[in-house]
Amino acid sequence: MAPSDYTPLILSLKVAAISTTIVFVTGIFFAHLFARKQFFGKSLIESFFLLPLVLPPTVVGFGLLLLFGKNGWLGKWLLEWFDVQIVFSWIGAVIASIVVSFPLMYQSAAAAFENVDGRLENAARTMGASNWRVFWTIAFPLAWPGLLAGLVLSFARGLGEFGATLMLAGYIPGKTDTIPMAIYFAVESGHMEKATFWVIIIVALGFSTITWLNWWSKRNMRRFANEKGR
Amino acid sequence: MLDVQIHKKLSHFELDVNFTAHHEIVVLFGPSGSGKTTILNCLAGLEQPDNGSIHLEGSLLFGEGKSVPVQKRKVGYLFQDYALFPHMSVEKNIWYGVLKKDRPNKREVIEQLLDVLGIQHLLRKYPHQISGGEKQRVALARALATEPSLLLLDEPLSALDEETRLQCQDELLRLHELWKGVPFLIVTHDRKEAEKLGDRILHMNYGKLIDEWKNER
Repeated sequence: MAPSDYTPLILSLKVAAISTTIVFVTGIFFAHLFARKQFFGKSLIESFFLLPLVLPPTVVGFGLLLLFGKNGWLGKWLLEWFDVQIVFSWIGAVIASIVVSFPLMYQSAAAAFENVDGRLENAARTMGASNWRVFWTIAFPLAWPGLLAGLVLSFARGLGEFGATLMLAGYIPGKTDTIPMAIYFAVESGHMEKATFWVIIIVALGFSTITWLNWWSKRNMRRFANEKGR
Repeated sequence: MLDVQIHKKLSHFELDVNFTAHHEIVVLFGPSGSGKTTILNCLAGLEQPDNGSIHLEGSLLFGEGKSVPVQKRKVGYLFQDYALFPHMSVEKNIWYGVLKKDRPNKREVIEQLLDVLGIQHLLRKYPHQISGGEKQRVALARALATEPSLLLLDEPLSALDEETRLQCQDELLRLHELWKGVPFLIVTHDRKEAEKLGDRILHMNYGKLIDEWKNER
């Protein structure tokens, strides 16, 4: 039943790992930047960030194609100046994955930073701590459970991304065939055994990720409740 | 010496206060919502007055278009619920404001603080593992560890039971005796507490100082 070529697994893990790293850093940056600030247009920007959550993946893919296609605004520039082609490449899969998983990271990080008591940050400042030190020693460690949840969800979402990836990166065996892609085209071509194998792999990956996250957050909730009750 | 002239428009009234504090305990006493904490926040640099000036030991902290950032004011602040960092041990909390390069020189000061406050045995514990009175002592040690030029205390005893409260009042007075060079500015809504702690008491209401008296202890 197992296929001889494991490219989809390796590619999926590579795409999800790279996109999650980028999304983790940018999601934290914007969430922290916006957490304690109220300004005109904030909710518009946040709506834009969260839009991929409610849009069909094909619409996201279409938008990315307009932006990164050979004649797209960014795609043309990247091709002319850096000789980098986004469409039909694994980088396209990474970009699609970033766009669909960013809202999950942003939402988790924003909630986590909003829950950090601002007085703790102020107390640190009165003791001479720079904003950078306040972030690394107070905000980041206290928001960590929420940040980790965002990280895991983004990774799982990146691993399972299909629609936008298909539109931007296409299906090129050995190059852009992530697991969801391999499943779809295996079914299309009647290779049900191959499709079943990849389905089992991705279900196992997703299930273990969510189970671990549930277990971990329950353990932390219990610890938090115990600490509060003392 | 601390010299304060603050004017700030708040949502329900205007805060307008002038006062000085020498090396003494000054208590800002008044009902909740009269602008006492806003004054402390302005002194610490966490909020900005609309206009006025703040001088501490001859240096301008605020005024003439200038505002020294909170990190550079050398103002210790004991928050109402102490704001101890829950993920750090008591020891890390106390040393937080001391720069690595200054640590060897500060060891003596901190040892003295730990002795005076009787919290040496708590160093390895976390804030959730200690009592309210102990938290208050740790927060005091943390605020004084940076050797501030002014110590602000926002309702420092309000979270404590009666017995611990009386004990901590005595401790605060003892501590000020030892750190006499540092003005203590204490906010409270409790008249008895104000009269026990303050060398001078400033009575506030709706953002204005309505009365002032010296305490003959």
